[in-house]
Amino acid sequence: MTAQGIGTSPARTDGPAKVSGTFVYSSDLSAEDMVWAATLRSPHPSALIRSIDTTAALKFPGVLDVITHADIPGRKLFGQMKVDQPVLAADRVRHHGEAVAVVAAVDLETARAAAGLVHVDYDVRPPVTDAATALDAASDPVHPDGNLVTHTRIRRGAAQSGELPTADVVVRGSYSLGMQDQAFLGTESGLAVPTGDGGVELRIATQWLHLDQEQVALCLGLPPDKVVLKHAGVGGAFGAREDLSLHVHACLLALRLNRPVKMVYTRTESFFGHVHRHPAELHYEHGATSDGRLLYVRADIVLDGGAYASSSPAIAGNAATHAVGPYAVPHVQVDARAVYTNNPPCGAMRGFGTVQPCFAYESQMDRLATALGMHPVEFRQRNALREGASLPTGQVLDSPAPVAELLERLRGLPLPASDPAQPAHVARGVGYAACLKNTGFSEGFDDYSTARVRLEVVDGALLATVSSAAAEVGQGVIGIQRQIVATELGVHRIEVRQEDSRFGTAGPSSASRQTYVTGGAVREACRRVRADVLTLLHESGAELPSPSWQLHEGAVVDDAGRPVARLAALLGGRVIERTAEFHHRKTFPLDPETGQGNSSMQFGFAAHRAVVEVDRELGLVKVIDLAIAQDVGRAINPAAVAGQLRGGTVQGVGLALLEEIELDGGRVLNPSFAGYLLPTMADVPPVRVEILERADPHAPYGLRGIGELPSISATPAVAAAVRAATGIDLDRVPIRPDHLLAGLPDPAQQ
Amino acid sequence: MDISVTVNGKTHDCLDDEDGPGESLLFLLRERIGLIGPKNACEQGECGSCAVWLDGVLVNSCLVLSAQADGCSVRTVEGLTSETAGPLETSGAARVPATSGALHPVQQAFLDAGAVQCGFCTPGMVVTATDLLERLPRPSDAEVRREMAGNLCRCTGYQQIVEAVLLAAERMAGPASPEVGQP
Repeated sequence: MTAQGIGTSPARTDGPAKVSGTFVYSSDLSAEDMVWAATLRSPHPSALIRSIDTTAALKFPGVLDVITHADIPGRKLFGQMKVDQPVLAADRVRHHGEAVAVVAAVDLETARAAAGLVHVDYDVRPPVTDAATALDAASDPVHPDGNLVTHTRIRRGAAQSGELPTADVVVRGSYSLGMQDQAFLGTESGLAVPTGDGGVELRIATQWLHLDQEQVALCLGLPPDKVVLKHAGVGGAFGAREDLSLHVHACLLALRLNRPVKMVYTRTESFFGHVHRHPAELHYEHGATSDGRLLYVRADIVLDGGAYASSSPAIAGNAATHAVGPYAVPHVQVDARAVYTNNPPCGAMRGFGTVQPCFAYESQMDRLATALGMHPVEFRQRNALREGASLPTGQVLDSPAPVAELLERLRGLPLPASDPAQPAHVARGVGYAACLKNTGFSEGFDDYSTARVRLEVVDGALLATVSSAAAEVGQGVIGIQRQIVATELGVHRIEVRQEDSRFGTAGPSSASRQTYVTGGAVREACRRVRADVLTLLHESGAELPSPSWQLHEGAVVDDAGRPVARLAALLGGRVIERTAEFHHRKTFPLDPETGQGNSSMQFGFAAHRAVVEVDRELGLVKVIDLAIAQDVGRAINPAAVAGQLRGGTVQGVGLALLEEIELDGGRVLNPSFAGYLLPTMADVPPVRVEILERADPHAPYGLRGIGELPSISATPAVAAAVRAATGIDLDRVPIRPDHLLAGLPDPAQQ
Repeated sequence: MDISVTVNGKTHDCLDDEDGPGESLLFLLRERIGLIGPKNACEQGECGSCAVWLDGVLVNSCLVLSAQADGCSVRTVEGLTSETAGPLETSGAARVPATSGALHPVQQAFLDAGAVQCGFCTPGMVVTATDLLERLPRPSDAEVRREMAGNLCRCTGYQQIVEAVLLAAERMAGPASPEVGQP
């Protein structure tokens, strides 16, 4: 193992600046002659816009400019999968908080005050707020082409002929989830700077520079080379930085004023400024044999996409392909729909369409276990996916799938000692849940990455420089690139450059894919550099080197590990630089009728155990023990892996017990951290981490994408524990005290 | 009104917005003085990202009017580094990444424990943890979680942060002495 190479946990290189308060986030940017901009947003979930009058705002002292839809010079709509979202609302608003106008002024307070002076004459319309009835013929269309965003069907086994078999045990259930927010701490922010040649440069916290850049240029009506996007420090992402927010607004104002424009959303505005996790209604029917084998699953899933499509098409696809969980089921019928409503737009959040079905299928698995008189872990293990098993899409798992082992690990962990002083009204429960998640974009999308590696001698010592446009969102992808270079080139001095949109794309920091795909590109670039080094060695008169020779500790080493040549001496003044793209193995679209197809490059697996105590008098749940077991394939940085597993788990606990954007007729009632509750340090226990490393032979270093899995099965594990503690058949998360108090017998009567 | 405030040992004379509704201390620190360590994540005292000391008392600077800081001494996360490394120009402290050699033990412990991911909560966490250890040099896991529950983190799940605080406590106060009365 190379020091600082893969499998080690070197300290973050951005760590010293982050603990010192000197790390520059997007909200910390400033420029000479900078002005501020603020956004006017719709107070209505649905309204026609009769007129917009900016006169008063423009007259306000200190105001420099006001833009509305009429000022958008290029394409007036954006959208990563379906171009349906106005840069600024035109003839109607479709959700509470939709951006209508943006005001630039000499300072932030002036811009905000003047935004309130933009007069919008609304004709308020009744909003469509119920996803379940949004597809009814009587429902108003949110968009001209109706309220269906997408419908993904899976038909496996007997379901292809429209007939599901008869089962010994049948369990039906309906489940729902509230709207969760990513709640990153660093709100949307950025700085747009005109470049003087009619172009603009935007420094922005984002998950994917290149997708943003393409959309911004189209909306500004500028040639792509006139718009450059640069990474700024990112204060968390979790899916909420995949869509455009202030990007076009700030750039357009900067171009019109020929001055740098800064925008920073307030926390309240941030709740309106990005998509959320889809609320969902899920209806499930499971059939099993009397000896505990799953026979069929029928699932009907409706995801509330809100006012605009965002990534709903892919999310509904994921909800369908992951609808039965990490279990082998011969007969599957799934319908997953995403629909438009006048609720806030929903899109990517960690787990991406797999969190909602996981809550439902794991609730069903517990009910089935009860009906069959089996332990929930044993029942899951009996049906667990294994290598060689088929998914509902027909895709065969061609790498390890240790679902049963993950559950076994959890079951083997000690339970917290019971407290003899515990009052009788506090009940304890234990719950288990498991999940799977695809890595990377699926269904035929080639989400490749690009990396460049340069090797040279600078000031007498070897220096490797690795460049990519991968977004560092906190997950540590800068360090991962460094570790791979250390392993491949055996060099200690390594610089990582975060490139801008003029460099080749890295694809997004999403879908648990960045270590896999950008890691793969860095590895490939390193191997090309090594091949050049070996060629150089041969040209310098050495015998023909074997292509298997490695670079280690500043030397070329042969197959026995013996140094053959010192790298610095061999290079001299030469610079070796290689660029590589990494394209993961091909995936395929799903058949539109049957949902069959090898849709994903990789799946990962995780499981959780939660132990809770429920206060039956107050309806309060305390999570007293949490454990996650996950197959990570290969832990490139074990400390970073543990950080992802723990952080994701706590987000899942948040969805189980606390986190929900509350809506009333499409209006957001709690757009603040006073009303939207996140787990605090006092709300969660330490999270035990059990890591399996079963290499995926198709992936670089055998690694698996890890980022999303921890947030998926945590939620149903907590729900199962609360059910076990209370005996209440909970079918919705987040679980509220009143759900528990309504279902509990009055302690006084006991 | 004119506000005179000493930040990390250096006095600043600032002109508050006369006609405005009054700015927060956080705004004064970030936008008028140019410090970027105190972070703005909620602006309503729910997240602790903007924590600083005002005359030695831990406050959420977003909830303090800048006028209330007139004549006061403010210590920010940047002050921790400069206390360790010797005085730094404020502008320098705000823009030049510190080297690990200059870090306060709490900052170093955050690095060593893997308590930093996106890092947006980190300055507030570091300040709050330092304040806690000044009051309670050897806190238990539960005490750390209770005392620091006003600081939100969305990335880490908190465990490594708690471990960092306990590690810093051990390094600053030495190994725990056996507690009296424990069996």
